[in-house]
Amino acid sequence: MKRRDFLARSIAAGAFTALGTRNLLAENGRMSLPYDLVAVMGGEPDEMFNKAIQSLGGMEAFVKKGQTVVVKPNIGWDSTPEKAADTNPLLVKQIVKSCLAAGAKKVYVFDYTCDAWKKCYANSGIEQAVKDAGGEIVPANSEQYYHPVKIPKGKNLKDAKEHELILSSDVFINVPVLKHHSGPQLTIAMKNLMGIIWDRSYWHAHNLHQCIADFATYRKPTLNVVDAYRVMKKNGPRGISVNDTVLMKSLLVSTDIVAVDAAAAKLYGIEPSQVNYIRYAAEMGVGRMDLDALNINRIKL
Amino acid sequence: MHFRWLKYSRVVVSLVFLLLFFLMLVDFTGHFPRNLMKGISWFQFIPSFLTFKNLLSLAGLGFLVFVVLSLLYGRIYCSTVCPLGIFQDVLSWLRRKLSRRKRIFRYAKPYNILRYSILILAILVFLTGNILLLNLLDPYSNFGRIIVSLIKPVAAEINNFLAKVMASQGIYWLNPVELRAVNPFTLIYPSAILILVSWMSLFHGRLYCNTICPVGTFLGFLSRYSLFKIRIDKVTCDRCGKCSSACKSQCINIKEKEVDFSRCVGCFNCLSACPSLSIQYRNSWFPKEKEKQDVEMVKADPSKREFVVKSIAFIAGITGLSKIASAQERTAGSRKPSVFAEIKTHPVSPPGSISIEHFTEHCTACQLCVSACPSHVLKPSVTEYGILGFMQPHMDYHASYCNYECTVCTEVCPTKAIQPLTVEQKKVTQIGRVHFIRENCIVYTDNTACAACNEHCPTQAVKMVPYKGDLNIPQVDTSICIGCGACEHACPARPYRAIYVDGNVVHQLAEKPREEKLQEEAPEEFPF
Repeated sequence: MKRRDFLARSIAAGAFTALGTRNLLAENGRMSLPYDLVAVMGGEPDEMFNKAIQSLGGMEAFVKKGQTVVVKPNIGWDSTPEKAADTNPLLVKQIVKSCLAAGAKKVYVFDYTCDAWKKCYANSGIEQAVKDAGGEIVPANSEQYYHPVKIPKGKNLKDAKEHELILSSDVFINVPVLKHHSGPQLTIAMKNLMGIIWDRSYWHAHNLHQCIADFATYRKPTLNVVDAYRVMKKNGPRGISVNDTVLMKSLLVSTDIVAVDAAAAKLYGIEPSQVNYIRYAAEMGVGRMDLDALNINRIKL
Repeated sequence: MHFRWLKYSRVVVSLVFLLLFFLMLVDFTGHFPRNLMKGISWFQFIPSFLTFKNLLSLAGLGFLVFVVLSLLYGRIYCSTVCPLGIFQDVLSWLRRKLSRRKRIFRYAKPYNILRYSILILAILVFLTGNILLLNLLDPYSNFGRIIVSLIKPVAAEINNFLAKVMASQGIYWLNPVELRAVNPFTLIYPSAILILVSWMSLFHGRLYCNTICPVGTFLGFLSRYSLFKIRIDKVTCDRCGKCSSACKSQCINIKEKEVDFSRCVGCFNCLSACPSLSIQYRNSWFPKEKEKQDVEMVKADPSKREFVVKSIAFIAGITGLSKIASAQERTAGSRKPSVFAEIKTHPVSPPGSISIEHFTEHCTACQLCVSACPSHVLKPSVTEYGILGFMQPHMDYHASYCNYECTVCTEVCPTKAIQPLTVEQKKVTQIGRVHFIRENCIVYTDNTACAACNEHCPTQAVKMVPYKGDLNIPQVDTSICIGCGACEHACPARPYRAIYVDGNVVHQLAEKPREEKLQEEAPEEFPF
């Protein structure tokens, strides 16, 4: 069902362009981080996140007082936390809390789910986690929230429709779960961005790997937090049961979406260069996949 | 004796029922209590009768309550719990309030031949094993179709508009609903009924209920023998006509001082309209001595309006409509269109419906499941089940797919055409089987990764197996497929999908998905 509200949309588009600029400035302002990537192992999701963010200078380095934040976990499936098809709710809760503690005015959480969205939000435990933390879980199941954007550096993907909260928020924290994916092998941070755009089937029909990399040239999250606490290693991305998962108790954080995907692939047991979209994105200059050359903080708990 | 309280109680009860039915059918939030849903639909005559026939259980005794009530007090059903009847009363009431004319209604002769012909025809068709005619005429199901097909989309649009306005202020309390488009043919019948019922109720009161509605005719027939009937006291009545003008059924003949109780819908408006208390609710089996003299049995007054022909032609016309192919779907981007058409031999009926036959024999197409389905996969059919299954819901996998963990439709069905399933049962109920057309698949045609189907498959009945180089291509295993349609919905190939579900004539038991414990350990050190 299409609703064309041309006027409202034009005004919105204008406003978003202005806000987009603000976002870019914010990105430039946080270039001097102590590490390119932080990897934590051996703790619970919330404590691992706390360690990681502290080593990067705390959430205050990313979220300024009065800013609006959007946190985008993977809530794609009507599944329960132990099956690890969706991001760990405890991690989401901790991220929302720390954003609010850093002075965020509002913290929104959403995903454009595959299964019926209300069931996904509820059964993943994320809806409750967000409410408990004081954030706001918002719907993303309707085309009316998505606005056209251009992807100038895209090869196959030239435009998309992106969720308005990504366009209007000051800070975007991408919180994927690391898991097996039957299509592009792995789903991590770049693949998680498919949950902020409307027409996903176009990507599937036009070389999925290339489209994932294309979109990453345009949308760079302020921060990427990869949940590798429990990792689905087969039958992904949906999984059948807890038998498909391995308890890895790990977490990766980086502002570089390619680096965080590369490290996660390694952790999973796949060479980053074997995952096409990671390689494409590195080649297109989105980020770095040469982990050896990065300044990585490794924390074992 | 004063009977005014009867009218006021009737008004209160009926408005509560109407409001509940409206909310139940229009609800797009999923918050309407499931038990209340069962409670109020238990009273619905045809659904309850079908449940009774279907299960022979207490769940289907609602209709018997009204058979008994009709034999005691007349057509209580029609003015208190029938949503279509109450809806008509609201329209008549509005017309009365807005009109300058004082006398809106006056006595009219009954269309006995027409109404009994329709009733007999519906029963005959039903006895041959088809409930199409009952479905098309059942007042509850008609109300359901009007609300779900016509009103709900409007309500959803208003909701979405408000959601949008609020979202622009950063408030995300309202959730927009994506009601994916239905086949326009399925809007024609509810619209026609809405127009017919509105016209009749505005200008002829309860004409629909006394001419077309098989439930009304049936209960009216029983009412001829009711214990309590509305009668005019021929001695005290001075023919002021107030009762007759208040009568929506147009069944009070002032000249003869007679009431055609078979057409009386039990609204009790006449009782409170009579200034001399001459119109009364009396025991007709054992009248008091004094009453005996002025009581006369009502005689049928058959008339031969050839309105029959038109009605039947109308219904036949509707059922004869064929489906306009919904294949005008957008092809995904600039890709070459797929060439091999899907071969679907049967529609997919909802889980819990046992078989297509069981479903089509018991579903009155009230659209409650269509409204309640959180995935919006259930859609009214046009000719998917054949012409005789018009409007009965089918699983439309182009609109959406069946949520693996969900059993909502099995819980709400008022006729038990869809029988309750536990989540565990539902997960092994195979309603259709997957088919794969390799030549349409993106992996085959474009040599790129896709796996949208496998990604969505809850049981791994669609697996990705090595193809060329590092590419994988789907492979299907029908033994664990439950026919949920997730693969078909997700498949990006157009106009024909590379993977689709063909309905099972009789639902089967699928094998459980294969589970194997991973033999992998988590790394102990960072591998980078």
